[in-house]
Amino acid sequence: MKFGIQINEGPYQHQAADSAYQFAKAALANGHEIFRVFFYHDGVNNATRLAVPPQDDRNVGQLWSDLAKEHNLDLVVCIAAAQRRGLLDEDEAKRQGKDANNIAEGFRISGLGQLIEAGIESDRLVVFGA
Amino acid sequence: MATKKFMYLNRKAPYGTVYALESLEVVLIGAAFEQDVSLAFIGDGVYQLVKGQKTDGIGMKNFSPTFAALGDYEVNKIYVEKESLEERGLTLEDLQHLVWEDEDDDYAEKDSIRLVNRSELADVLDDQDIVLSF
Repeated sequence: MKFGIQINEGPYQHQAADSAYQFAKAALANGHEIFRVFFYHDGVNNATRLAVPPQDDRNVGQLWSDLAKEHNLDLVVCIAAAQRRGLLDEDEAKRQGKDANNIAEGFRISGLGQLIEAGIESDRLVVFGA
Repeated sequence: MATKKFMYLNRKAPYGTVYALESLEVVLIGAAFEQDVSLAFIGDGVYQLVKGQKTDGIGMKNFSPTFAALGDYEVNKIYVEKESLEERGLTLEDLQHLVWEDEDDDYAEKDSIRLVNRSELADVLDDQDIVLSF
């Protein structure tokens, strides 16, 4: 089955990104396909590469980056939600005249149309959080 | 592109959290994809449609006028749960009058809001392909 995944809450504050990660890993292990993972609302905060969680805890953003690399996942961060919350990639930082960017490897910033498309193209859209 | 039934289920009051505003942003973008779109308002979500909102005192943008534009985007199935209104002492009269123009009926102006009870709304939700809950 082809799954779309939407993550609506930030890391640590909420279990949504952890649950979605476990779901994605289990789905892939069972031969399913992940069409796209879309990060919305505070979920965009999972995409920062500047988080430094304690060493005895999981690094939620890193887990996603690693999973994306291993399985060639499409991790998409909503641009409107990201701009409000200070998540920028290199191009966007330049465009907005900001002095830094903070998107982790494996994530890309794009529009809400990518969420709608994930709904249309996937057999199931599974929403985590909110 | 395939056509699916998209339901935007709005459960939260408009300004305490950002979910309502960011739900509306998805609806507006999604309207360009020519899908079969419905909105539903349940629980505190019904407060989003209350008319005469003024947000000057809280320093936040009043986004409620945008609901009146949804008809122009062919988003005209807006379900409001009767019990949720009643539990909050509200009636349809307290909500914005949302309309759309039916081009198949000489552009007659028609109501977008459909007042449904809890079990009717359950049937509507059961009929959807995608439910995005905010």
